[in-house]
Amino acid sequence: MVTEKNQQNFELKQVINQPYKYGFNTDIESENFPKGINKSIIELISLKKNENSFLKNFRLEAYEKWKTMKFPNWSNLDIKSINFDEISYYSVPKQKKKLASLEEVDPEIIKTFEKLGISLSEQKKLSNVAIDAVFDSISITTTFKEKLGKAGVIFCSISDAIRDFPELIEKFLGKVVSPSDNFFAALNSAVFSDGSFCYIPQNTLCPLELSTYFRINDKDSGQFERTLIIAEKNSSVSYLEGCTAPKYSQTQLHAAIVELLAFENAQIKYSTVQNWYSGDNLGVGGIYNFVTKRGICLGNNSNISWTQVETGSAITWKYPSCVLLGENSLGEFYSVALTNNYQQADTGTKMIHLGKFSKSKIISKGISCGASKNIYRGLVKIASTALFCRNFSQCDSFLLGSSSTASTFPYLESTNPTSIIEHEAKISKVSDEQLFYLMQRGIKNDQAISLLISGFCKDVFTMLPMEFAAEADNLLSLKLEGTVG
Amino acid sequence: MTLKIKNLEASIENKIILNHLNLEIKDNEIHVIMGPNGSGKSTLSKIIAGHPAYKVNDGEIYFNEKNLLELAPEMRAHEGIFLAFQYPLEIPGVTNFDFLRLAYNQKQNYEGKNEVTPIEFMSLIEKKSKELEIPMEFLNRDLNQGFSGGEKKRNEILQMVLLQPKLIILDELDSGLDIDAMKIICHAILNNFSKNSSLLIITHYPRILNYLKPNYVHIMKEGKIIRTGSLELIEQLEQSGYQSVL
Repeated sequence: MVTEKNQQNFELKQVINQPYKYGFNTDIESENFPKGINKSIIELISLKKNENSFLKNFRLEAYEKWKTMKFPNWSNLDIKSINFDEISYYSVPKQKKKLASLEEVDPEIIKTFEKLGISLSEQKKLSNVAIDAVFDSISITTTFKEKLGKAGVIFCSISDAIRDFPELIEKFLGKVVSPSDNFFAALNSAVFSDGSFCYIPQNTLCPLELSTYFRINDKDSGQFERTLIIAEKNSSVSYLEGCTAPKYSQTQLHAAIVELLAFENAQIKYSTVQNWYSGDNLGVGGIYNFVTKRGICLGNNSNISWTQVETGSAITWKYPSCVLLGENSLGEFYSVALTNNYQQADTGTKMIHLGKFSKSKIISKGISCGASKNIYRGLVKIASTALFCRNFSQCDSFLLGSSSTASTFPYLESTNPTSIIEHEAKISKVSDEQLFYLMQRGIKNDQAISLLISGFCKDVFTMLPMEFAAEADNLLSLKLEGTVG
Repeated sequence: MTLKIKNLEASIENKIILNHLNLEIKDNEIHVIMGPNGSGKSTLSKIIAGHPAYKVNDGEIYFNEKNLLELAPEMRAHEGIFLAFQYPLEIPGVTNFDFLRLAYNQKQNYEGKNEVTPIEFMSLIEKKSKELEIPMEFLNRDLNQGFSGGEKKRNEILQMVLLQPKLIILDELDSGLDIDAMKIICHAILNNFSKNSSLLIITHYPRILNYLKPNYVHIMKEGKIIRTGSLELIEQLEQSGYQSVL
């Protein structure tokens, strides 16, 4: 009995401990700033990027705020102290001049993205997905620019947007997540290097799925990207981001900001497949993924929907949130977080109901393996003026490792009696009986576990854009696949 | 294909459940095991199929000259052992269709044949479902999730018909089944029963034996088979209860 149990644990371990596939680094020359952060570094970033005085002041003010702020310590996470003077805040693959077309991109970088399964050559790639690829600090290329341009959609790197659409940037940058929002938001606002920008004009359904692929390559650099998406009245867009990084033994910081604005009747669907390097099986190295993501449903009947599949990073600490200002607006959050070895994830959402008849829905699935920590933390807040609101939350945890933990911290605040909040939570383990049933039908142990997990995550996977639902399922299976064969 | 169980002793948490049990089932035979609650009938079926919770202390189980005790549950399944569960498990989020195709393709792989595509599988499963009067929408539901007792049992036999096993073990198939469903299911079992297959029925109630006529009737008590006979043994049992035969 005891030995059989051990045998099964052993198999489980094999199943879960798939090595990280994207851990290679690309040997290219890059231009790095000296490590550390100070006023002149920030001025240098701004200068390098030819920014106007609005941006320069935005950065400097954020830096001044950041200096007054303290590293947050309210979480349950075990975070090694970060020396902010050891980080390089700007890393750019060395290029002689501004790139006009894909042909001018260093073939090594193109190869890197191809190794990752992201083909940047337009003719070869996914037929209806436009991709912006960000390598370390800078956006390499945005595909399908022309086709989008015809529809009036702007999809470019945020650096290009700062140069080409300064009025939009001044109007919207930092309006959802203000630079003083939190420690990492202030840091990002001071040093952000690149990211993506989307603008969907009125009465426009974006004709393509938009996608950004983030890659950290350089050893000492942090990645501080910024994404801003604006959906005007009666418009709709679906956006997906993917992330990987090489294996390095020291931890690396990734502190991004994502801001979404949805006007009347507009819809933004934001999906993330996060597979940053998670550290080795003893918990050495990996990415600290400390991200502030927030959307605001400004207009009536607007909708913001977050879907995330979080499988990587040593620590994931983020709460993609919705501020539901418009009447009858809808906020959604669908999440799968898989943690293994010594990974820690503290993730969830905030749904702030300010508009009448606003609704929100939260589906969170946590899978904990090894000695990992997997935490759902979510806030549902209904203001006194927000009459007749509804929220439904469901938080399910699945324990695979005997020393892993799963916790749920729901914060529910309602100040009016006409609104309804529902919260369901459950924790389950792989049931021996379910496994035996599947194996009795000829399905191998590791496949049976993958099948159970994929079933557990189905509600979330079905929310991903079709092109990526299968990819997410594969990624999860890959993370769970046996190391043998 | 012969199943040979010799001198089998098995336990769970140090409690002996099977106590030096012997049983031999040959091709084209139908056996039934009856016995009071707790006599170890269901345990026997799980041990043949390789349930990891039970420990075999002594004895052997051979099937088709292969030592089953050395094989993992999925390999026993590939050898042709099929257990229709008394309480089929619910698997949320996994559609019946995906599960059935996965199970079928595992068998194809094992036999060195090509996997079937979803479209090919659709026509295959449609035919099998008709045989059991299972509506197609059944296949889009999550495996056994929210199925009625009868639907679960019907789904078990759909799996059996699909996988064409050599030794079919029915663990309390009749519980939760109405007469009409029982007729359909038993008909499908017999239709798929061949010269190369055998059947082991585990039941409390002789009702099912009106449809599946056994060649051998075994009575089990305290982990061993204490009597073996023909259908007459059932009649005696029905008239006078277990006390008369024990």
